[in-house]
Amino acid sequence: MATQDIIARSATTTHSPSIRQIDEVAKLIDVSKCIGCKACQVACSEWNDLRDEVGHNHGTYESPADLSADSWTLMRFAEHEDEAGKLEWLIRKDGCMHCAEPGCLTACPSPGAIVQYANGIVDFNQDHCIGCGYCITGCPFDVPRISKKDNKAYKCSLCSDRVGVGQEPACVKTCPTGAIVFGSKEDMKDHAAERIVDLKSRGYENAGLYDPPGVGGTHVMYVLHHADKPALYSGLPADPSIDPMVHVWKGVAKPLGLLAMGATALIGFFHYLRVGRNVVEEDEPGAVGDAAVHKVDPAVHEFDPKAPR
Amino acid sequence: MKHDIQRYTAGERSNHWAVAILFVLAGLSGLALFHPALFWLSHLFGGGPWTRILHPFIGIAMFLFFIWLVMRFMSHNMIHKRDVQWLKQAGDVMANREGNMPEVGRYNGGQKLLFWVLLVCMLLLLVTGIVIWREYFSHLFGIELIRLSVLLHALAALVLIVSIIVHIYAGIWVKGSVGAMLTGWVSKGWARKHHSLWYKEVEKGENKH
Amino acid sequence: MTNHWTDIKNADLVLIMGGNAAEAHPCGFKWVTEAKAHNNAKLIVVDPRFTRSASVADLYAPIRTGSDIAFLGGLISYLIENDKYQHEYVRNYTDVSFIVREGYDFEAGFFSGYDEAKRGYPDKSGWGYEIGEDGFAKVDPTLSHPRCVFNLLKKHYSRYTPDMVSSICGTPKTQMMQVWDTIAETSAPGKVMTIMYALGWTQHSTGSQMIRAGAMLQLLLGNIGMPGGGMNALRGHSNIQGLTDLGLLSNLLPGYLTLPSDAEQDYAAYIAKRASKPLRPGQLSYWQNYEKFHVSLMKAWYGKNVSADNNWGYDWLPKLDAPAPGYDVLKVFDMMYQGKVNGYFCQGFNPIASFPNKAKIGAALAKLKYLVIMDPLATETSEFWRNVDEFNDVNTADIQTEVFRLPTSCFAEEDGSLVNSGRWLQWHWKGAEPPGKARTDIQIMAGLYHRLRNMYATDGGKFPDPILNLDWPYLQPDEPSAEELAREYSGKAITDLTDPATGALLVKGGDQLAGFAQLRADGSTSSGCWLFCGSWTQQGNQMARRDNSDPYGIGQTLGWAWSWPANRRILYNRASADVSGKPWQDLKKPLVFWNGKSWGGADVPDFKADSPPEAGMNPFIMNPEGVARFFAVDKMAEGPFPEHYEPFETPIGRNPLHPDDPRVTSNPAARVFKGDMELFGSAADFPYAATTYRLTEHFHFWTKHCRLNAIVQPEQFVEISEALGKELGIAAGDWVKVSSNRGYIKAVAVVTKRLKPLTVDGKTVHQIGIPIHWGFSGTARNGYLTNTLTPFVGDANTQTPEFKSFLVNVEKA
Repeated sequence: MATQDIIARSATTTHSPSIRQIDEVAKLIDVSKCIGCKACQVACSEWNDLRDEVGHNHGTYESPADLSADSWTLMRFAEHEDEAGKLEWLIRKDGCMHCAEPGCLTACPSPGAIVQYANGIVDFNQDHCIGCGYCITGCPFDVPRISKKDNKAYKCSLCSDRVGVGQEPACVKTCPTGAIVFGSKEDMKDHAAERIVDLKSRGYENAGLYDPPGVGGTHVMYVLHHADKPALYSGLPADPSIDPMVHVWKGVAKPLGLLAMGATALIGFFHYLRVGRNVVEEDEPGAVGDAAVHKVDPAVHEFDPKAPR
Repeated sequence: MKHDIQRYTAGERSNHWAVAILFVLAGLSGLALFHPALFWLSHLFGGGPWTRILHPFIGIAMFLFFIWLVMRFMSHNMIHKRDVQWLKQAGDVMANREGNMPEVGRYNGGQKLLFWVLLVCMLLLLVTGIVIWREYFSHLFGIELIRLSVLLHALAALVLIVSIIVHIYAGIWVKGSVGAMLTGWVSKGWARKHHSLWYKEVEKGENKH
Repeated sequence: MTNHWTDIKNADLVLIMGGNAAEAHPCGFKWVTEAKAHNNAKLIVVDPRFTRSASVADLYAPIRTGSDIAFLGGLISYLIENDKYQHEYVRNYTDVSFIVREGYDFEAGFFSGYDEAKRGYPDKSGWGYEIGEDGFAKVDPTLSHPRCVFNLLKKHYSRYTPDMVSSICGTPKTQMMQVWDTIAETSAPGKVMTIMYALGWTQHSTGSQMIRAGAMLQLLLGNIGMPGGGMNALRGHSNIQGLTDLGLLSNLLPGYLTLPSDAEQDYAAYIAKRASKPLRPGQLSYWQNYEKFHVSLMKAWYGKNVSADNNWGYDWLPKLDAPAPGYDVLKVFDMMYQGKVNGYFCQGFNPIASFPNKAKIGAALAKLKYLVIMDPLATETSEFWRNVDEFNDVNTADIQTEVFRLPTSCFAEEDGSLVNSGRWLQWHWKGAEPPGKARTDIQIMAGLYHRLRNMYATDGGKFPDPILNLDWPYLQPDEPSAEELAREYSGKAITDLTDPATGALLVKGGDQLAGFAQLRADGSTSSGCWLFCGSWTQQGNQMARRDNSDPYGIGQTLGWAWSWPANRRILYNRASADVSGKPWQDLKKPLVFWNGKSWGGADVPDFKADSPPEAGMNPFIMNPEGVARFFAVDKMAEGPFPEHYEPFETPIGRNPLHPDDPRVTSNPAARVFKGDMELFGSAADFPYAATTYRLTEHFHFWTKHCRLNAIVQPEQFVEISEALGKELGIAAGDWVKVSSNRGYIKAVAVVTKRLKPLTVDGKTVHQIGIPIHWGFSGTARNGYLTNTLTPFVGDANTQTPEFKSFLVNVEKA
């Protein structure tokens, strides 16, 4: 992606370029078509040259055990039985949601380590990353991971390098069932609407699109059979937003904090300027005998009407 | 200033200035990560990653030296009734109008308040700092606790920095104070004026010998 | 597949049973999602486990492993009883009206002609039609004759009541009826169901009959030959279809021609037996052309060294001294185990991992003098002598077998064609050079051939003719090219071919043939595999075509690659039209139909193109009857109708259909080797029904050598139900020991809701899921070869081992 396409930049208080107008893109993951084959995981590792550890089986089909700096996407498997006893195996591709209001970018202290492109992709620039992990703190979806090798934060880039030259992300290209599709956000919403009609006709009354408004919408969206209960899908948050504490920390706290510090220093300065130093007269040159400690400088005491009382 | 009374030993002075230097380093590195406008401060530490690496170690060192200082000065900082009265009349002090002030021991009410505020802040910074120390500890804690910790860490740092600004200014404002912490000595006049009870005690002690 | 992958998108209903397409065929499964998304199709999955396929299904029903014939037989009975079958199709396109001989009988689990001592049916004389004096089979179109196939079929499955089926299969009756009713809807003429199955049906001691039962169901519903229908075997290896087409089984020659038996020393009799005459008037009986295919094959192999004078080299063909399927792998390994085999060439095969009872296979290999491994990977078989702790606990010093490992290229490192499940021959191009000293299999085989030939030529030896007379016309004799071989199996005219009627020149001598219709039995044509004839014509390599235009919008892309036979995409496609030649009513898009002058449409008609509907030729032209068979005549080992028999290791200990006769508990015609019967376990010691299978993250024992596959599925596990986990105190992530009467494995437990205890024959049966894939070589974590556990018995017809149903015990490790 070109630098002109950056619309937001971490730890930057001034405007980003805003000349180029490009459409927002989105990856739509149709959970109802996904068979959990993990081809997307492998394609992601192939394209991005990632090789995680050969780990262990932890008693589930999920592997590796969690997202990591070397695993930017992960199929999560949840077994759910409804009230009637009907079993469902809900399989969700987990990874960065590319929020319109990204908590990671909000939290990041390093200028330009996280950028948001006009097409909606939220990308990490590891050369600017300082490894503090604030992005993890800021993310409502628990996605970024710090590498143990280089202490930089990593996550899905939505294959910004591919998308920038007109290709779809690697996971989309490889998905054998067409459960992952990619295009303009509008088109993806239209496609989702068709899928939801189909799912409703198959008895999934609460089928719907997951494009949570709490983070301004996302550029990775899900079609869910149970959009009313996203938590069924391995804890997908029902109404994600940037945490209020993160908002305060990276919102009002920043200017108010600086203001408080500056103001304190300035008050001191003006106090010095106006009230003057607190001196021990007897120590001053020319002072004799006991200092009249109760006696103060008349100039201040008697003739300054604005002096605090 | 006359070197009449020794107020701080070399150990106490060294300890204080060690904390002070570490505070400046922790503060500057912390501020670099706190507000984008101050990110340039990270260059003082060798860049962003080094700032991130050093800050918690500086913080730990500052905390340890501070605790040592606390152990030295704790007994002098117990708050008494007269300290509360002093604090009520702090406005008069600010106006250099100290005639009606209650008598002051080794430390006045303001200094004692600062002492406790600093201690609380330092403890908070330590605890929250460990929670948000991503490289070694954060994986042990839940995300909500981490989020609370980053906020408290920032707030504690803010209170600490503001308090230290007040502390520094008070040192500059009250002539002889900086010298006291640099040389260890104060004049009798200084002691009598600012810490009359302490002065009396010192005098008594000297007479005993 | 009778149909092909893309065609699945035309289905109204998809039944996945005996397979797990989403798991093992994720790319092909795309067409199921297409059918659902764009054809409003429903998906039904019937499987012992709630699989990845089930996770996207509209309906799922559990079934006990090995009980599918009961399920399908019950469904056949249900459809007949409730008049839910495609009447016009069944009456006209199947053998229901054919009258069966009086000698046929089915009684107490046995068909007529059983010989207990021989464990089989040496006398199948009753298993046939009554033949009239005109030489044709007798039929009763009114279906009233008590011995017409329809009435025998009805009678045979009348025992398979819903209650009986539910009791055998453990499928709760409500779920079962829901599935049956949904399937029954496709009996409407234009409604189509496809069946997708794989080794979940094949790998049973009754596997072939399970598949037959599925095919019978499809015939009853009128779904064979239909777009979106058919019986679709999902092949488990890339190009295993091609290998099958070229003679995988030891009794087969390329193109499903068959090797003669020892008794068949006379060439004319050999041909006559296979070139079946029509059994009904006006039928094509295409195998009448057998000799054309056979002679063309011999010409491809031996060139000018064969002629009518030497019966086209008939004496050089081996004659089988073992009953079909001849020297199958189970038999060969049993012989090896008995010390009757000196050397073994193992080409692209990992038997110690892939064959049952690892202990027996390992012991057999240790009795060889030499073992040659041709493989791109360091397989377990090539290291069967290496001690790898508990995973391969052998004493290396005791093993004297000399092992030669010849590294080969893999498919991506060579040009060639792959035949997919849908019978498409697709050409592929080399993507990279093979590493190190790896050579192509062709190069290695050519080198071996030249050395053998020289030894025969210089040193002599017994019966050198078949080797010395081979035609070897390749430009680089040590490395025949894929293109040369492809042209050879497609076939060419040796001399000018002229129209016998007009004398017009049809094909110039030396030119490639257009298709198998041009093959001749006079030695003027050669074709290495008649079914592939036309894949490389004078116009070039048809397999390399990549035109996916779809003029009829029905997914029959005739310009994409090439499909056998004759680039035909759907077999028996004449049956997609009614008797009058019109597409069945309500069929969404026509496939093949009579246009007044000829047959045509979206596909290449599987029919005599100019035979008008009123001529009465029927769609199943490969059968002498012209119609499809419910009654298998003498083609199957254990009977003309599929009958439910228990797996050799059954959790209930008896066959609920024949509870009192232990001889028919399991398949009475399945071969069991000496010593193996004793190694079968019983439910008393091994109470749980186990089944083995693949995972989508891996391909057999290959991809554990690949880091990325190892990452996404690193370590061996077994699946048990939550109920059993609770009973045994096993939690997800615990290590368990799973043992059968042949050995044990240890693995991580995946405790899941996706397996449920079933009530079978009044008992609770727990099922254990055991993925294959792990072994003692590779990048993934070392594991135990799953086939340590499996029994050494196969299907009575194909000898495919019973990997899908056996008994184990499970303990916390």
